Amino acid sequence: MVAPQVKFEIRDLNVWFGPAQAIKRLDMEIAANEILSVIGPSNSGKTTFLRTLNRLIELNVNCRVSGAVELEGKDVFRIDAELLRKKIGMVFALPLPLPLSIFDNVAYGVRMHGLKNKDKIKAIAEEALKEAYLWEEVKDRLAESAFKLSGGQQQRLCIARTLAVGPEVILFDEPCSGLDPISTAKVEDAMLKLKEKYTIVLVTNNVKQAARVGDRTAFFLSGELIEVDKTDRIFTAPRDKRTDGYIRGKFG
Amino acid sequence: MKRNPYRSQKIAFALLLLATLLIIVPVGLIVVIIVQKGLPAINWQFLSDIPRQGMRAGGIFPAIVGTLYLVFGAILFALPIGLLAAIYLSEYSKENFMSRIIKLAIVNLAGVPSVVYGLFGLALFVVFFKFGASILSGSLTLGIMILPIIITTSREALESVPQSFREVSLSLGASKWQTIRHIVLPNAIPGVLTGTILGLGRAAGETAPILFTVAAFYLPQLPKSIFDQAMALPYHLYVISTQVPNVDEKVRYGTALVLLAMVLFMNLIAIIIRYKFRRKKKW
Repeated sequence: MVAPQVKFEIRDLNVWFGPAQAIKRLDMEIAANEILSVIGPSNSGKTTFLRTLNRLIELNVNCRVSGAVELEGKDVFRIDAELLRKKIGMVFALPLPLPLSIFDNVAYGVRMHGLKNKDKIKAIAEEALKEAYLWEEVKDRLAESAFKLSGGQQQRLCIARTLAVGPEVILFDEPCSGLDPISTAKVEDAMLKLKEKYTIVLVTNNVKQAARVGDRTAFFLSGELIEVDKTDRIFTAPRDKRTDGYIRGKFG
Repeated sequence: MKRNPYRSQKIAFALLLLATLLIIVPVGLIVVIIVQKGLPAINWQFLSDIPRQGMRAGGIFPAIVGTLYLVFGAILFALPIGLLAAIYLSEYSKENFMSRIIKLAIVNLAGVPSVVYGLFGLALFVVFFKFGASILSGSLTLGIMILPIIITTSREALESVPQSFREVSLSLGASKWQTIRHIVLPNAIPGVLTGTILGLGRAAGETAPILFTVAAFYLPQLPKSIFDQAMALPYHLYVISTQVPNVDEKVRYGTALVLLAMVLFMNLIAIIIRYKFRRKKKW
């Protein structure tokens, strides 16, 4: 077996919002086809980290970035933002369907990228919905508003919508924070399956979720990466006692 | 005297209710008086005939048509410009000195007295561009007058579309313009339409801006092109109320009633559109 391919290489990354520094001197690698869980208390820079990877932080006018983020050796800040986001999908903390039908939600991305062939769009949407374990539940009501789905279904719809674009990486930003345990289990199952094809970065406030699905886990605190290692190791023998404290629920 | 919080709450409540009722009273009175005095004048001839006997008899058809021309001319000019400006201001412009100046200008534009617009239209469109006193000049003047209304309401409509929709669309690799075109605009349209129709109502009712730029004292025929003068309801009402002696009261109130009905009808459409889309709103 070949050594795992490096998907992301992050070197000396700093992010500021105005005078406040949200990420401090971050060095990290993310391997292809792994699930990297990112844990840490609120305000530790987890979400900022995710939104740097797909450059969504550029929507903040007062945001400043230094350092390098490379996707397969290419500087993400030099790639066309649209092209980059086509490769790096994102699932947000709350289920955020667009105000369109179920089908149009899934088809939105490819349509925006210029695909016109209706049969192809249909095939892609069906495939994506199956991959997100939603097809059976929605195949007879594709024309209905996406807002009629339950919260868990909406979140899986958002996953399907991301998959339909054909990304290489999927960023999950606390995807289960608004979901009940059963829906959470379904989303986690989907993630474990997706890892075969995609690289996944999962930001989560739920330490147990990180333990359940992450291959590796990174612990952030106040914008700094405290440590990153195999999930087993982080949860059994962390090197830093702050990590130990956090996963035992002693602070944060 | 010891203060009783329960009683002061009751007094405050009564004052608030009183102030609110005071708003309804004048509106109700205006409508009642005008309907009562104007309704006897309304018949088919009044709505479809030209004015006769020095505007003391006959109908007001040319004035109705003139007002319709002016209103739709104004919207044709103000809606595209206003909407595009609103898109630029709410989606593209950064918060800086320039954008603050623009926003300040829009607020001030809304505060300019309508007679000043009339004088401005006279100087710019009638004299400088040599459009003469014409529907074109009047429409452009009214258009500029309602531009701030359209820009402001459109901006509010655009900004009320949740930021998260934009983020989702962008995160799927859509471009900024695609995001605006497919996600932001469709969800802002009801607000934009509401503002537009409110602007229409305003344009239909104003006298001063059309006084110097288009309105004819008496023109017993319909305009043939946008370079013709035209009669218009507000100005006609002014003329028969103050400039022509011995006009029957019911003709004056009849004219007022038609004008009021047109404006209220437009407001009603705005309300219906807003209501329908609010019910359809899915977030």
